[in-house]
Amino acid sequence: MVELLRYRDDEPHDEPAVTLDSFLGQSNATAVRIESGEDARALLPHLGRLSLVEVSFPKFRDGRGYSSARILREAGYTGELRAQGDVLVDQIPLMRRCGFDSFAPEAEVDEAVLTASLARYDHVYQTAADAYVPVWKKRHG
Amino acid sequence: MYKYDEYDHSIVASRVEEFRDQVQRRLAGQITEDQFKPLRLMNGLYLQLHAYMLRVAVPYGTLDSRQMRMLAHIARKYDRDYGHFTTRQNIQYNWIKLEDAPDILADLASVEMHAIQTSGNCIRNISSDQYAGAAADELTDPRPWAELLRQWSTFHPEFSYLPRKFKIAVIAADEDRAAMRLHDIGIQIVEQDGVLGAKVFVGGGMGRTPMIAPEIKGFVPIEDLLSYLEACLRVYNRYGRRDNIYKARIKILVHEIGADSYRAQVEDEFVEVKKLGIDPPKAEFDRIAAHFADPAFETGLSDEIDRSDPDFAVWLDQNTVAHKQPGYAIVNISLKPAGGIPGDASSAQIDLMADIAEQYGFDELRVTHAQNIVLPHVKKADLYTIWQQLTEAGLAEANLDLISDIIACPGLDYCSLANARSIPVAQKIATRFADLGRQRELGELKLKISGCINACGHHHAGHIGILGVDRKGTENYQLLLGGSGAEDTSLGQITGPGFSEDGIVDAIEKATDVYLAQRGEGERFLDTYRRIGMAPFKEAIYG
Repeated sequence: MVELLRYRDDEPHDEPAVTLDSFLGQSNATAVRIESGEDARALLPHLGRLSLVEVSFPKFRDGRGYSSARILREAGYTGELRAQGDVLVDQIPLMRRCGFDSFAPEAEVDEAVLTASLARYDHVYQTAADAYVPVWKKRHG
Repeated sequence: MYKYDEYDHSIVASRVEEFRDQVQRRLAGQITEDQFKPLRLMNGLYLQLHAYMLRVAVPYGTLDSRQMRMLAHIARKYDRDYGHFTTRQNIQYNWIKLEDAPDILADLASVEMHAIQTSGNCIRNISSDQYAGAAADELTDPRPWAELLRQWSTFHPEFSYLPRKFKIAVIAADEDRAAMRLHDIGIQIVEQDGVLGAKVFVGGGMGRTPMIAPEIKGFVPIEDLLSYLEACLRVYNRYGRRDNIYKARIKILVHEIGADSYRAQVEDEFVEVKKLGIDPPKAEFDRIAAHFADPAFETGLSDEIDRSDPDFAVWLDQNTVAHKQPGYAIVNISLKPAGGIPGDASSAQIDLMADIAEQYGFDELRVTHAQNIVLPHVKKADLYTIWQQLTEAGLAEANLDLISDIIACPGLDYCSLANARSIPVAQKIATRFADLGRQRELGELKLKISGCINACGHHHAGHIGILGVDRKGTENYQLLLGGSGAEDTSLGQITGPGFSEDGIVDAIEKATDVYLAQRGEGERFLDTYRRIGMAPFKEAIYG
């Protein structure tokens, strides 16, 4: 089992994530897993009771999960947002920018490479779901 | 033109360091080729038939002489002393060693250049009108808009793993010199009530299913542009097809759900995205636009040109274009010498073009989507001297927009996707029609060749298009007539059964004979084709 990478201070959520269908069908689940083709917006009415959303990446080339993450963060979701599956070390910095704060990659991630990658860029061009201030804002105070 | 500030420098420097690290991990076997592939592709590095190919970004085709000389330096030091200018206004090098790629990127960064997103399933280099800032017919300079989009799209966190590649073009004149509506997103800057904004077309493209982009929004003000484009991209990222690489471009999504349904989804998404504050203030656009202010044109210059040298007069008529400033002209340098490889230039030629631009052209050059080079701001009084220098370097072919000004993809000589060679066909056509008088008699005739169905040579948009296919192990060439990548955008139609390499040259000659026999007053080949239709051409070619 590959170690969970987590960028949150709270305790990991231990309830297993249920499928989107079961989540929408039962009122008490607090963790849900959405597949890459599923509509993250279906969760928006229920964000208040969610502690964990796991977004599936069946193949690293499948980038739908990046939009799912943005949509959830834009709607105000503050719980754990986990990327699970074929998640490669070079993708994690972009995923962080989209609002993911935990990662369950299928294959081992080299932590030294990851640490260097996450620290590499001092500046970014866009506003996203993270704390980076875009350069246009720095340019204009 | 745009100059990097500390932030741009920092981001590009970080990218060099990142790619160096990725290459080292690949060379050390820490990542597989399959995992490395999207990383190198996001940086323009392809594995071709014989070697790695590196594609360097020339944002919206604009360069200064220092950058141009760096392109020559790279050709000399890391390649076989030449580079190939592409239909996306970039340059690519065909013989690159993987271990050299990080050093090349460092060299490029030293002159404010990079290879970021010149391939991969991300937003590619933004293309534009090669006459931007110089054309007599433009509403405004489209390049500040393109630079705004360059920055926004660079390492976009949400849109780096799209279903397929994504190409955006920006123009600001009614004459379309950038094949704008054959892009995933085409933008025309327009004016409404005295304010400039973007008219947005989505879902065009060539490839195996060519489509002309429908208009999705008539006017998007600059303050909303990035939000609107994020909405366009998000709908695509979520709903574009990922089950079939050939159906994954946005044109298929827009076609399958319909432009109205796509537009409605974008509008809904825009309402959400607009709340996020991702659009820079107008001051940022103004900061960028200030970089594109006119150079210090002299006033009161004469428009008189001494035409006593007949060869110069031919070049002057064919390869120069009206400039917005009296006394100045736009010069096109053809990279299509008879029998040459379209778009190729040696390091010495690249250096010479840089020298001329520095001395006579306000230090500016442009790469065109037709694979030529432009000097956008040249004094008419200097044209003869420039022509003489170009002539000595084999760069004064007077064939702009004539039948030998061919767009061709690299084809089977280089490309691992190709089914047929493109370059030898281009060379044979250019040789058959080598007589310049004959070419000028045929007039504007845009001929475009692709070596496979992916259409990198824009064959769908050629007045005459050629598509190389593989027929039972033999190269075979289909002929198309009637395409256009200009403001009268249209897609070429296949004439019928394909031809051998020599057969296609004969067929083209027959088609041009039909035109010469049937043309009306002032008609180009394309106009005659549109008036008389395919039948007379078919009869001449196959009859």
